[in-house]
Amino acid sequence: MMTDFLLELRSEEIPARMQDKARDDLARLFAAELGKAGLAAGSLVTYATPRRLVLIARDLPAETQAVSEELKGPKASAPPQALEGFLRKTGLTREALTERDGVLYAITERPGRATTDVLAEAIPAIIRGFPWPKSMRWGAASASTESLRWVRPLHGIVALFGEDLVEVEIAGIRSGVATFGHRFHHPGQITIGSAADYVEKLRACHVIVDQDERRALIRERATALAAEAGLVLVEDEGLVAENAGLTEWPVPLLGRFDPDFLSVPPEVIQLTARVNQKYFVCRDAEGALANAFVCTANIEATDGGAQIVEGNRKVLAARLSDARFFYETDLKTPLETQATKLANIVFHEKLGTVADKVDRVATLARWLVEEGIILLGTGRGTGEAGGGGVPQAASPAEAPLHHRPAAGGPPPRAGEEHVVLADMAERAARLAKADLVTGMVGEFPELQGLIGGYYAAAQGEPDAVAEAVRDHYKPVGQGDAVPAALVTVAVALADKLDSITQFFGADLRPSGSKDPFALRRSALGVIALILDNGLRFPLGTAVDQGVLDFFADRLKVQQREAGVRHDLIDAVFALGGEDDLVRLLARVHALQAFVATEDGTNLLAGYKRAANILKKEGVPDREAAVASYAPEPAEAALIAALDAAEPKAAAAIEAEDFEGAMAALASLRAPIDAFFDDVTVNDADPAKRAARLQLLDRVRAAVHTVADFSRIEG
Amino acid sequence: MILTLHDYWSDRGCVILQPYDMEMGAGTFHTATTLRALGPDTWNAAFVQPCRRPTDGRYGKNPNRLQHYYQYQVILKPSPPDLQELYLGSLAAIGVDMTRHDIRFVEDDWESPTLGAWGLGWEVWCDGMEVTQFTYFQQMGGFDMKPVAGELTYGLERLAMYIQDVDNVYDLAFNDAGVTYGDIFLENERQMSTWNFEVADTASLFDLFRKAAAECENSLAAGLAIPAYEQAIKASHTFNLLQARGVISVAERQAYIGRVRDLAKGACAAWMEKNGWAA
Repeated sequence: MMTDFLLELRSEEIPARMQDKARDDLARLFAAELGKAGLAAGSLVTYATPRRLVLIARDLPAETQAVSEELKGPKASAPPQALEGFLRKTGLTREALTERDGVLYAITERPGRATTDVLAEAIPAIIRGFPWPKSMRWGAASASTESLRWVRPLHGIVALFGEDLVEVEIAGIRSGVATFGHRFHHPGQITIGSAADYVEKLRACHVIVDQDERRALIRERATALAAEAGLVLVEDEGLVAENAGLTEWPVPLLGRFDPDFLSVPPEVIQLTARVNQKYFVCRDAEGALANAFVCTANIEATDGGAQIVEGNRKVLAARLSDARFFYETDLKTPLETQATKLANIVFHEKLGTVADKVDRVATLARWLVEEGIILLGTGRGTGEAGGGGVPQAASPAEAPLHHRPAAGGPPPRAGEEHVVLADMAERAARLAKADLVTGMVGEFPELQGLIGGYYAAAQGEPDAVAEAVRDHYKPVGQGDAVPAALVTVAVALADKLDSITQFFGADLRPSGSKDPFALRRSALGVIALILDNGLRFPLGTAVDQGVLDFFADRLKVQQREAGVRHDLIDAVFALGGEDDLVRLLARVHALQAFVATEDGTNLLAGYKRAANILKKEGVPDREAAVASYAPEPAEAALIAALDAAEPKAAAAIEAEDFEGAMAALASLRAPIDAFFDDVTVNDADPAKRAARLQLLDRVRAAVHTVADFSRIEG
Repeated sequence: MILTLHDYWSDRGCVILQPYDMEMGAGTFHTATTLRALGPDTWNAAFVQPCRRPTDGRYGKNPNRLQHYYQYQVILKPSPPDLQELYLGSLAAIGVDMTRHDIRFVEDDWESPTLGAWGLGWEVWCDGMEVTQFTYFQQMGGFDMKPVAGELTYGLERLAMYIQDVDNVYDLAFNDAGVTYGDIFLENERQMSTWNFEVADTASLFDLFRKAAAECENSLAAGLAIPAYEQAIKASHTFNLLQARGVISVAERQAYIGRVRDLAKGACAAWMEKNGWAA
């Protein structure tokens, strides 16, 4: 007969963010405690609400298995000292031992234990060992610092094995069959019969125990409310989970706020609604932010929620009023004035102030343009990386990257445009960090960059500059949009390169799992900016070897995720001297395509055979290897093929036509195969042997013009 | 409302105290909270405390942010097992109808870096507005609480806005004869915001901070915990004013907070010693 077990740990409100992990921990600790007694449940289900953590274990046996333990002792013929020692160890007498095949055994029968006894021991162990991220003491017992700790005061334990109470007492809390329903809808006690009626009994008392059910309810109801108002809910699973963690009986309600607040940037409204108030926001049919919010109450109010909506509207109005206060106050101060305050903010104790960093970034951004690394006509154009809501510049007609000459003036030359680009890059870099000292970023640090972009546009900076201020932190992590607008690319690249080189220079490089300055992420950002925009940037001109090696590592990680074989990257890196990532990857891609072909596979096999022979035999001196004999036909054919392929491969590499280089090498495949089939390398004639080894070395060298094939696996 | 709360908590064994006559950022700074929270003795008290938070000034333009406002503080040591129910009872007593208003306990771990204190608890929301800070103190002045005290801090203006159903704090009726909160405090908010943010002489404030710190140490040297604690409060408020004036850089900020914390901890340690309590 299998029986279900119910455990409810009822406390004061558990933080929403801790509930999921608490469920996992409860299941894990429970399984571990039962496992010690040799018990396992058929299945474990866990639930969490703000006020309870619940586990239901299905199909537990009534008692543990009886165990027979056998301990091997001395031989029956052993001297008495050995027997005495064994009897002392086991605490048995000679008569209690069993003899089998001339050896004595001590056999202990352990009867099965009642599962309720196992549970009664397991529950206190779970509670005392529970790994809350933060726990506390409370009440009179806390006069001792050894008193029970829980996430918030623990009030009740329901522990039912079938319909039987599992009796437990911990820190003065005795297990029972009673719990409480919803704090306001059903404040009285309710009695639980067993695991079977728990969920439904609580539902009748306005508690939806299953967090997934509460989440679905919030998701569906919030979406429906927005639709009924002719709007579209901005989905946010994080908010769904958080609101489900704050309610036992969730009731989404839609409210409106004063449309005047829509003058505040939409990102600010969304952020304050989400972070401070846990509200969803909505968009109208055109996709613009609407003056509506959806809050999630924990009660079904007697007035249908009218007062709750009204109260929440007031709170949001005060929050938005505050945001508008910061926004309007910030707009009174030009960004260049704000930027002077950066001299008061320490970037890092070894690396000076943020103002120092801004100076370096501005110089570097200008240099990137002046060196022609960021060049008009490169990149993917402007405006692709936007996070939406790009502020319009004072003059909407102003093209992002083009200097507009005075009417009637001569058309700009490429050179002039380039100077303008350099000026814009430096200007954007000088303004990019200014928003760090604004009230808005002080209140909402996650708006850094974005808000600076708004302020830059509002003070009449060109679009390209405002956009660069907004997006210069990008890309933030994998999957984030990679800027493509030239001014933005210049500032974004300069900012990240500066951080990496400065921290490396101060010997503050990442190690193991520690990367406190997120330099790995910065390096991935640099790589993405270079590759996505096809920038021809010999990194060695800007960074030292240590940083180059760091980039090489990051590139491998990044490309591995993109499906590029790391051994092929190694094969190209092993050639050395390559610091142009675009060229390097072009070579890797051509190589990956080539080794997938039959020619590639066979050439690799031929190469490896040649390399193995050379490894074993060594490469003879060139003098010793002068062919003083008539080569065999396959030997002559290989020489001819090399004579033809070598210049072709070299020319193709010079032109960065790596497919062409691979094709030239492919022409070697048949002659190499024929050579190995027909010619004996290890000829008795030392002259022939030396000449043939020399020939193999030439094959190896030819292949190495493309990649170090010895690094390729397979 | 204050009288109702006084009655309610007095009936539940609290002594009713008067505000501390010094500028402070929160009722928690009142000696009835900080110093009395330490040690093993039972202590239950309730009082109103005017609070000053210079950086929260909005020149009278925000409907509920003020640089000067009132808190109602309850401190109960040890924390009673039914503290949440007692608290909800007090809300009902001042007229909050919990069948129409959404009361929620939202995680908010309280920490006062300047007092070397922390606790776990919630901000209590009424229809999305934080109306109370509810904390189980775990440490004060760097000392473990033995036993733990429960602290309730009500935002009186915010609760009054609910009960009177007004949108703007300045529209609150202060009496039945037409005097509003704005009549009494609006000009004060305007002038104090201007002074806090724009006018206060920073050189004098820096000087004041140094002098308060020195006087705190002078008092500690004489074994006087309470005067030392008062000087720590003074240093704390002066630091807040300097913050509002925007003259403390991020790097310096931590150093100033650490300085105030050391002063407050010193006063708490002197108080423990005076009472003969072990850490």
